[in-house]
Amino acid sequence: MPKDGGIGAPTRRREDVRFLTGTGQYCDDMNMFGQTAAVFARSTVANGVIKSIDTTAAAAMPGVLAIFTGEDFVDVGGNPAGWLINSRDGEPMKEPKRPVLAHGKVRHVGDAYAAVIAETVEQAKDAVEAIEVDIEELPAIVNMKDALSSTNYVHDEIGTNQCFDWGWIEDNRAATDAAIKGAHHVTTLELVNNRLVPNAMEPRCSMAQYNRANDEYTLHTTSQNPHLTRLLISAFVLGIPENKLTVIAPDVGGGFGSKIYHYGEEALVLAAAKKLGRPVKWTADRTEAFLTDAHGRDHVTKIELALDEEGNFLAFRTETLANVGAYLSNFATATPTFLHGTLMAGNYTVPNVYVNVKAVFTNTAPVDAYRGAGRPEATFSLERVIDKAAREIGMDPIALRRKNFIKPDQYPFASAAGLEYDSGNYDALMDQMEKVADVAGFEARRKESEKKGKLRGFGVNAYIEACGIAPSNLVGVLGSRVGLYDAATVRVNATGNLSVMVGAHSHGQGHETAFPQVVAEMLGIDPQSIDIVHGDTSKIPFGMGTYGSRSLAVCGSAVVRATEKIINKAKKIAAHMLEASDGDIELKDGVFSVAGTDKSVTFGEVALKAYIPHEFPLEDIEPGLEETAFYDPANFTYPSGAYCCEVEVDPDTGKVTVESMTAVDDFGNVINPMIVTGQVHGGLGQGIGQALLENTTYDENGQLLSASYMDYVMPRADDVPFYGVDHSKGTACTHNPLGVKGCGEAGAIGSPPTVVNAVIDALQSGGKNVTHIDMPMTPHRVWSAMQNV
Amino acid sequence: MTKVTMTINGKAVSGEVEGRTLLSSFLREDLHLTGTHIGCDTSQCGACVVHVDGKAVKSCTMFAAEANGATVATIEGQANEDGSLNVIQAAFQEHHGLQCGFCTPGMVMSAAALLKDNPKPSVSEVREYLEGNICRCTGYHNIVKAIMAASGQDVSAIAAE
Repeated sequence: MPKDGGIGAPTRRREDVRFLTGTGQYCDDMNMFGQTAAVFARSTVANGVIKSIDTTAAAAMPGVLAIFTGEDFVDVGGNPAGWLINSRDGEPMKEPKRPVLAHGKVRHVGDAYAAVIAETVEQAKDAVEAIEVDIEELPAIVNMKDALSSTNYVHDEIGTNQCFDWGWIEDNRAATDAAIKGAHHVTTLELVNNRLVPNAMEPRCSMAQYNRANDEYTLHTTSQNPHLTRLLISAFVLGIPENKLTVIAPDVGGGFGSKIYHYGEEALVLAAAKKLGRPVKWTADRTEAFLTDAHGRDHVTKIELALDEEGNFLAFRTETLANVGAYLSNFATATPTFLHGTLMAGNYTVPNVYVNVKAVFTNTAPVDAYRGAGRPEATFSLERVIDKAAREIGMDPIALRRKNFIKPDQYPFASAAGLEYDSGNYDALMDQMEKVADVAGFEARRKESEKKGKLRGFGVNAYIEACGIAPSNLVGVLGSRVGLYDAATVRVNATGNLSVMVGAHSHGQGHETAFPQVVAEMLGIDPQSIDIVHGDTSKIPFGMGTYGSRSLAVCGSAVVRATEKIINKAKKIAAHMLEASDGDIELKDGVFSVAGTDKSVTFGEVALKAYIPHEFPLEDIEPGLEETAFYDPANFTYPSGAYCCEVEVDPDTGKVTVESMTAVDDFGNVINPMIVTGQVHGGLGQGIGQALLENTTYDENGQLLSASYMDYVMPRADDVPFYGVDHSKGTACTHNPLGVKGCGEAGAIGSPPTVVNAVIDALQSGGKNVTHIDMPMTPHRVWSAMQNV
Repeated sequence: MTKVTMTINGKAVSGEVEGRTLLSSFLREDLHLTGTHIGCDTSQCGACVVHVDGKAVKSCTMFAAEANGATVATIEGQANEDGSLNVIQAAFQEHHGLQCGFCTPGMVMSAAALLKDNPKPSVSEVREYLEGNICRCTGYHNIVKAIMAASGQDVSAIAAE
């Protein structure tokens, strides 16, 4: 084992130096010789028929090189949905075409119907203003319930605003209905999971080059998964052969889901670069980000929980309307279904679960996976209704959860929502949470708050998520149109240092530091001699990118498998060098030795021998030392956690402050605890944002009222507390080589219901019979709830 | 076009700018100092914070022409003379105060301005000062901790990793 920087070490991040000195290279930091600028003309109405677009005046403006409209892309493919969902009646979902540029109709404010390419951004912006467009505005379809009964359609050709009506698991429906009908007690809750904008701090940016000499394209773009972007452009949209298209995602300033997807702007700059024979760059401003990045959440749910006399859970039943916006983004159909319904048994032994989700088209921006993606919605529904039930039956909310927890001796556990959980210990997490957060001391703290005239509340939550996305065989059966394995190549260079090419993409997760820790541990060498290469399809065999807390569990496993192959081959070379048999070679601390002797060669000597194969057994061993592995997981991983928080509510204003937030998570084994803790912090900040601050608001005309940081309330440093984070009680994942589960989304999944539960507890303690407040719990909403009771 | 001259990170520079050219654009596009980032268009996010004549300024809120004759400091000039990270930068690395790195230059520049005016700020003073800098990755915990550490105060009581 290396002295420092192996598995479990809180190694400081090597990528920090470039970010701290202003030498990171994000897409918009790069410029190409001869570069031109693209600016999009975007709809100012939510729903309308494009009667005419006259570009004559715009084309004559200074510096204008080309103008594209939807007409230019009618013969190319649409941006597809990656997951086929079938409705309860067996009918496949509705999949209207999502064109590069709107054609015929515009379907949301911000929908691009034209693009100007000019010598400078300013010239392109000026020319966009000169495009004469005649759009006949139609009534906007915004509210999901209205959309389902309306004959005004977002997509006329499908004759409905319902994308699908999905049941999970349909065979469980009758038993669930019967369990609820016959139950001693049923708790019902209607709730909204508020629509959010991911808001990675770096706006999207795409820059294309075309090389006429060999008909090759290069796209630099803000992506979490450049290979998937290349695949979508090649196979579905523009038909550029994959071997003629390089997609590079350099330093990317956050993603949170919004940069998983292929967007039309990427196709536009590629087409424009070919037409002009010059590089074309587009950078979104923040308003464009609000209008066109895929949004998150936006569910309206009714959930019922049936209990027996002792408080045992008998059934969960949910009905959800899920907004997919105006077009299907790439994972839009998976997020409210298989990433949501399959988690609706939570951490519990509940025998009956039935989930119904109707996905609805509206004249709003597309909605897709945002940090947690379906699992926060499931957790929010479950953990809110459980809290309400505890209050209704007069049971302590922690005790009620513990009573229904799956116990450590029950794994593997087949959940009533169709997943097989491999490991966990939810009571141990709850024990640790109670200890770390000093739950026993809460009543004393409540009295202190009361002395200040504040209502103090305690909220708790237990969550489970399915990460390490995903076993291809399983998701294939469930409708996924892609495999969800990952890949890595470990290249040992002749001088003994390593380049490790990975399919995962790091945009804040610290892969450049954490992945070398794994390889260094396995080889017993200095992690500083190992570099990670990511984000470039021309350098990396393949990869499905970073989302769904999958990078370490899936791509990290591929790194392990490739490194194992390196060790096997290196042992053969060492055996030859030491005139011993392969089976007698041991690797320790970077040295290969013959067991029971003092004969040894270093890792570096073996590497050199591999590339200078003099006196080499070429009939048995090829020269070189480079191995590739693809890894497809056997199951999802199942991180879980116990969270709690304490809030103070000002009874005069309704203002909520989060006084403490404690997250105890089971992530399995941990490679770099510093990075893991940081990931949880970020998720907690976003979860508190969802609970108290953030809301995406469209008016009845489909105008986005919250389209800037003046209107959309991002959490700031003084909106959040210091967090208590603990991951000491992990139970190893049983089916991947590192025993890891994934940590990227947990904080955003576990925290929103925790905060809401705490606010309800605070109000109840003040004698207010408030049982639910929708997020974000703004002072106005909290104050109003207090006045109405 | 107007000619502007200023001192940036100790070097005299000049350039031709339009009246509408923002300081942030001049730094990024003309001088290729791309460490100053643009994260919004309403002067809210703070990714573009630089120092103009010693004061923290959102460079997207100032015309390049307005900075004529000024002394400007950007993230590219913050490291020690030998190239090593300065106290604030080193504290951000030591306490994991950055993830994707996009807001980081603005955070470091704001932190430097804060500590110049208030060398030993309280936690609440740090949090309040950072209201104009948005980070989506860190939940602010480690940023606040890093700035407290950079000020020479004991951060051992702030939850560890």
